[in-house]
Amino acid sequence: MEVVLAIVIGVLYATGVYMILRRSLVKLILGLVLLGHASNLFIFTVGRLTRSAPPIIPEGDKVLLPPYSDPLPQALILTAIVIGFGVQAFAIVLLKRTYQTVKTDDFDSITVAHL
Amino acid sequence: MNTLLVLPILVPFVTAILCLFAWRQIALQRWLSVVGTASLLVVGLILLYAVNRDGIQAVQIGSWTAPFGITVVVDLFSAIMVSITGLMGLLVMVYSLGSIDLERQRFGYYPLFCTLLMGVSGAFITGDLFNLYVWFEVLLISSFVLMALGGERRQLAGAIQYVVMNLISSSIFLAALGIVYSVTGTLNMADLALQIQQVQQPGIVNILAIMFLVAFGIKAAIFPLFFWLPASYDTPPIAVTAIFAALLTKVGVYALVRIFTLIFVQDMAGLREVMLVLAGLTMIVGVFGAASEYEFRRVLSFHIVSQIGYMLMGLALFTPLALAGTIYFLLHNILAKTNLFLISGVAQRLQGSYELKKMGGLYKNYPILGVLFLIPAFSLAGIPPLSGFWGKLLLVRAGLEIEQYLVVGVSLFVSVWTTYSMLKLWSEAFLKDSPQTDRPAQGLWQVGFVLLLPIIILSLLTVLMGILAEPVVALTQRAATQLMTPDDYIQAVLKG
Repeated sequence: MEVVLAIVIGVLYATGVYMILRRSLVKLILGLVLLGHASNLFIFTVGRLTRSAPPIIPEGDKVLLPPYSDPLPQALILTAIVIGFGVQAFAIVLLKRTYQTVKTDDFDSITVAHL
Repeated sequence: MNTLLVLPILVPFVTAILCLFAWRQIALQRWLSVVGTASLLVVGLILLYAVNRDGIQAVQIGSWTAPFGITVVVDLFSAIMVSITGLMGLLVMVYSLGSIDLERQRFGYYPLFCTLLMGVSGAFITGDLFNLYVWFEVLLISSFVLMALGGERRQLAGAIQYVVMNLISSSIFLAALGIVYSVTGTLNMADLALQIQQVQQPGIVNILAIMFLVAFGIKAAIFPLFFWLPASYDTPPIAVTAIFAALLTKVGVYALVRIFTLIFVQDMAGLREVMLVLAGLTMIVGVFGAASEYEFRRVLSFHIVSQIGYMLMGLALFTPLALAGTIYFLLHNILAKTNLFLISGVAQRLQGSYELKKMGGLYKNYPILGVLFLIPAFSLAGIPPLSGFWGKLLLVRAGLEIEQYLVVGVSLFVSVWTTYSMLKLWSEAFLKDSPQTDRPAQGLWQVGFVLLLPIIILSLLTVLMGILAEPVVALTQRAATQLMTPDDYIQAVLKG
């Protein structure tokens, strides 16, 4: 499972970077979203992958015995997802607004016009 | 629980909420924001006094003991930075009163300004790496909106570059956090300082250090990740640019200083060499960019980049004296650079343009403004007895002490070029005759007292910081000593 997720994360990062390097504004935002997903999935994997093993200490025991997956990274990505959601929503509105003002999807012509 | 320590976050937060409640009453929002930012300054100074007297202070939110809960720590460096945040917040807020148009005021300029200050103060006082990420996002989203507010074409184009670069930086930061947690099992910075020494894989620690260097390097605008800054800083209203120039890149520098003095300390000699090279290149590229520009704000924007190089140089040299130089230079630079941006705003008011070709005759018509400009400009160039001279002196001495002659040479060479572009601004905007012969000269005070008051205060502070360098240098040296001996910091967090 780790191997599969590692490949998925790698593909997400690669696609994200590729999309950001394109000139289109829409692809730019898709790239940012993918990059965010890649980071979140990466942190998720860091917390170890287990199935049907909730991190609850059994009655009578003092410590949690493996296999269990660490709940803290999952809490971290919850925060990161919410933050990412907000920021990406803002970025989408910003790009829509830019498109309405500049009437083009081509990033180069926007920056050249800017200079 | 010591409430004082969380006030730097609470004060701007409460102010922002009150401003939101007073959405339709602009006059009330103006008063609230001025009072709020002034309170932040007072809180910062009280913190500085308390930390200076009693040493590093820490508080665990909700009484969860140290490595598990959320920690707020204030050492001298943090307290200094919170104070300067309050000061800049107050002065730029006063400047905004007279310079931000009604439309922007109606659409939440004041609450956004306060949440920006909240994010900045939060980043300065947090003791937890993940919280640092959260505070970065708080200040970023506020700055995104402030930058795009108004929706002019140039603004939007600048904002896109700014937003994209910062989102990439955040994404690298987040991934680095994931690796940190997986190899050490903690995100508390003090605990991390201890745990990272137990990690048996130096490769991973090095990769982590580089990831943090890249993530914070984008935010601090160090070479080669600075292009977003000159592309975006000249687009929003001048008060917004001024507060960005004062605080945002400095938060990146603060984060770099914090993690490279607390967490990534052992076996980092190689990376420090790299940082030294980056520092030199940042200075050179920034100053040449400034030399080639003919727009007031773009010259100043490139200078931000160049000055970040000096701060990075102090961190890379990594001696107590060099770090004291970095902190002193941070303070000096925040005062002088913000002041120059504010002055450029007044000059634009008087002449209707930021283009140097269209400006001129400011000294003839407004000699007081000329003097007010010369103080921060000469200070930035490093002419004694102004503050920039002492900052550079500390850094150069620190460099000579450990025989890093090349970077010292570069920093002095860049100083000459800084002087050149300051003189260019002086001769183009102030000295030469105005090309706009049809534009009648008005009284300086007609631009508004609230625009000139912050400039006068900042110029006075720059002079004072130069003349009374002794106590300020002593303070920064104590702060640097605290940074170089992280044991006190770790003790304060884990035992407190």
